[in-house]
Amino acid sequence: MSTAIPTRPAGAAKPQAVVKDGSMLKQKEMISGNYARLESAVTDGRKVVSTFVPGNLNELIMCFDVLNNLPEINAIQNGMRKKSGGYIMEAEKRGHSEDVCTYVKADLGMIEKGNLGPDGQKLPDPNLLLLSYTGCFTFMKWFELLRDRYNCETAMLHVPYQGDGQITQSMISYVVKQLREEVIPKMERVSGVKFDIDRLRENLARSARAEEDFVWVLNSAKSKPSPIDAYFGGVYYIGPIFTAFRGTEDAVEYYQLLRAEIAERLANGQGPVTPNGDMGPERYRLVVEGPPNWTSFRDFWKMLYDDGAVVVASTYTKVGGIYDQGFRHDPAKPLESLAEYCLGCYTNRNMPSRIDLIERYMNEFEADGFLINSIKSCNSFSAGQLLMLREIERRTGKPAAFIESDLVDPRYFSPANIKNRLESYFQMIEQRRAGHVPARAA
Amino acid sequence: MSHVAAIVARCQALFEDLNFTAAREWKEAAPGRIVVGFMPFYVPRELIHAAGGLALGVLGGGDQLEVIQGDAYYQSYICRIPRSTIELGVTSRLDFVDAMLFPSICDVIRNLSGMWKIMFPKVKSRYVDVPQNFSDAVGGSFYVSELGELRDILARLAGREITDDALRNSIAVYNENRALVREVYAFRARFPWKAPSAEVYLLMRAGMVLPVEEHSAMLRDYLDATAREERPRRDNSRVVVTGAFCEQPPLSLIKSIELAGCYIVDDDFMLVNRWEKSDVAADGDPLAALSHAYLHDSLETAAKYQPDQSKKGQWLIEAVQRSGAEGVIFASASFCDPALLERPMLQRALAARGIPYIAFKFAENSGQMQPIREQAGTFADSIKLWSAA
Ligand code: SF4
Ligand code: SF4
Repeated sequence: MSTAIPTRPAGAAKPQAVVKDGSMLKQKEMISGNYARLESAVTDGRKVVSTFVPGNLNELIMCFDVLNNLPEINAIQNGMRKKSGGYIMEAEKRGHSEDVCTYVKADLGMIEKGNLGPDGQKLPDPNLLLLSYTGCFTFMKWFELLRDRYNCETAMLHVPYQGDGQITQSMISYVVKQLREEVIPKMERVSGVKFDIDRLRENLARSARAEEDFVWVLNSAKSKPSPIDAYFGGVYYIGPIFTAFRGTEDAVEYYQLLRAEIAERLANGQGPVTPNGDMGPERYRLVVEGPPNWTSFRDFWKMLYDDGAVVVASTYTKVGGIYDQGFRHDPAKPLESLAEYCLGCYTNRNMPSRIDLIERYMNEFEADGFLINSIKSCNSFSAGQLLMLREIERRTGKPAAFIESDLVDPRYFSPANIKNRLESYFQMIEQRRAGHVPARAA
Repeated sequence: MSHVAAIVARCQALFEDLNFTAAREWKEAAPGRIVVGFMPFYVPRELIHAAGGLALGVLGGGDQLEVIQGDAYYQSYICRIPRSTIELGVTSRLDFVDAMLFPSICDVIRNLSGMWKIMFPKVKSRYVDVPQNFSDAVGGSFYVSELGELRDILARLAGREITDDALRNSIAVYNENRALVREVYAFRARFPWKAPSAEVYLLMRAGMVLPVEEHSAMLRDYLDATAREERPRRDNSRVVVTGAFCEQPPLSLIKSIELAGCYIVDDDFMLVNRWEKSDVAADGDPLAALSHAYLHDSLETAAKYQPDQSKKGQWLIEAVQRSGAEGVIFASASFCDPALLERPMLQRALAARGIPYIAFKFAENSGQMQPIREQAGTFADSIKLWSAA
C-alpha cells in the first residue's frame, strides 16, 4: 500500500511559473531530513524500525527515539524516479513471481542492488520490523521476506479485518493486548528506551491537531470550484500524516500552513495547483478509487487536468487512516486509540463499507463521475472493484469508468489506452449531462 | 467393478456434481437442517456440525464449469476461484446454502466476503478471522471470542442452541474423521501405488460435501478395500505437492503428475480435512479447545504467520521426511499471492537441505497438461539420476 510524498521525477520538466507554497517547502524539508537521519543512523547510533503506512504507529515509534523507515514510501519514490522497473526485474530474476505486488519486488530489488535510498545514499538495515498487519495480506509475506534477508527482530501486530463492517470491543482489546505484550516490549528491547505513556499521549494530541487541519483541507473540495485535487494533489497532503511525521510538531505546522494556503485559494475562487501551474476551469468533478500509478504519475495527472477534471475525493488518501468520518487519535485512551486507528484504515473495511464511503463522497462532494484506477498487483484494493463500479453507478446514477495500471511497474502503464478511455469517459459525462444515458465507457 | 472402484466412482460423481445434489438431498431429508458453505483453507466445522448443519466446502468450479458471469466481476489478473465461485452463486447452484464462511486466507477471499453480502443479501456471509498471534491470552482469547460470535450466528440460523455438550460431541466426530484422513495420507505415503493421488483427492473432495459421519465411514471402507487390492507398483519418484491450498488444480493435473512418474506422497489440497494435527480436546471448554488446537497444534500454510524465523519452511521439510519424498513440486494457482509470495522462502529452506524442487502455475480450468507432464517427467528422471549418483 502506499502513500506518497512524491518528489519530482528525475528529468521531469520544471513546472512553469509555479511558486512553491510554504507547505511544499516545509514538507520537502521534512522528508529530506528524515532520509538524512536514516542515512546517518548507523554513525549516529540510532535504531531503525521499518513499518507500513496503513496501521503506521508513528506516535508509538517516536516514544522510543527510533527512526521510522517505510518500505512502501521507498518503493513509491523509486517509482517516481524511474528506478523501480529495474528493481522489479532484479527481484523476478531472483525467483519472485511476476504475479505478486510490485512494491514488494521494488523493495527487494532495491535491497539486492545495494539498498540505496531515493537520493542515492545507503539506507540502514532495520533493527526491528514492525509488521503492522492492517488491510493487506501481502504485508505479512513482505516482512517475512525481509526478515529472511535482515535476520532481525520482528513484531507482528495483527489487526483483525472489519468483516461485518464494525469494530468490536474484542478486536480493540486484541490489538491493545498485542501492543502491550508484543510490540511495546520488543520496541523497548530494541531501542533500550523505557515506554512512557505520557509521551505517547503528547504525540497523540499533536496528531489530533494535525488531523483536524488535514480534514479541513480534504473537505475544502466540496466547494465549487474545488481548491484542491484530492487524489494527485492529495498524495502530497497525506505525506506527513501517513508517514514518519504524524505526532510531530512539524506535522502540526505543515497542516496549519497547508490549511492557510488552501483557505486563500478558496477565498480567491481558485482551483487546484498542478505541476503546470493553476488548473483551468473545473469541468468534471470525480471521485477516484485505487492507488495512483507512480511511474507515470505526472502524465496520468495531466490527462485529467488538461480536460478540466478534478478529483474531489479519493479512497487512496484514506489508506493510512480515515479522518474525515470523525476519528481522531485520542490522548485520553492512547492504546485503544491506536487500535481504533489501525482497525479503521480504508482497506481494512469490508466491501460494503468501502462502497458506502464512496457513495457518500459522490453525494457530498457533488461528483459527476466515479473513476477506478485498478492496480494489477494489489488484490487488497482491486479484488471486487468491478462490483464496486456497478454499485456506485446503480446507487448514484452517475457514470463510472475503469482503467488499469500498476503501482511501480512501468510495463503496465499504457498511456494511449488510458487516455482514450478517459476521453470517451468525459464524453459520456457530457452526454449524461445533456440528458442521454449512454452505456458504460469501460 | 471392484469395491475400491465403486467408492471412487461415487466420489467422482460427487465431485462432478456442481449442483451439489447430495447436500441438497441431505438438507431436504429433515426439517430445520442448515447448510453452511465455506471456502479454503480452514473453518471450525465443528460449530456447524453442532448446529445440526452440513459444512459444505466450496472450492470453485473446476474445469467443468463454464464461467460467464463470474468473469464480469474480476480483472484478468486475479485468480480464478472467486470468479467461478460467483458463477456458482449467480447460477443458483448454491441457492440452498444458508450461510457462507470466508476464511482469512488472502485479500481476494476477504473481499469476496463483502461482495457476497451485497450480491446475496439473504445468505448470511461471515468473514472468519483467525489469530496471527499465538499466545492463548492474546490471540487465543480473540479467537475464542470470534468462535463465540460464529456460534451465536449459527445458532440463530439453525434456530437451536449450540450447547457445549453438542460441541464436544462434534469435536469427537471430527477428531475421528481427521484421524482417518491422516491414516489415508500415511497409507498413501507407504503404498502410493495402492492409493493413487487422484483417488485420494476424490476421497478428500467427498469430505467437502458429505456429512462427516458418512465421510468417515467411506474413508474406513476405502482403507480396508484398497489395502486388500493388488495393483502394479511403478518405479516412480516420490514428491510432495505444495501451494494448491485454495484454488484446486484440475484432476487431470494430479493424474498427469503421477503419469509422468511422480507419486504424490503428500499435498496441501484440502488442509481443512486435517488442519489439527492431533485430536482436539473433547472435554472441558470446547471453544477454548478449538482455539488451543488452532494456536498450538495445527498445520502451517502461507496464510499463517510463522513467528519464529528459524522454523520457516520447517513443516515442508518435515513433510518431505515424514512421507519419504525425494522432491517437492510447487504447484500454485496463477495470481495466488499467498502461495507465490511464500514460495521463495520455502524454496530457500529446501535448497539449504539439498531437497530438489520444481515450480509451475495452474488455473482450475487449465486444459493443456502436456507441459506439466513434461516438467514433472523430467523432474522424476532427474530425481532418479540424482539419487543414483
Ligand atoms: S498488495 Fe496493495 S496494499 Fe498490499 S502492499 Fe501491495 S500495494 Fe500495498
Ligand atoms: S487462489 Fe490464492 S489468491 Fe486466489 S483466492 Fe485462493 S488464496 Fe487467494
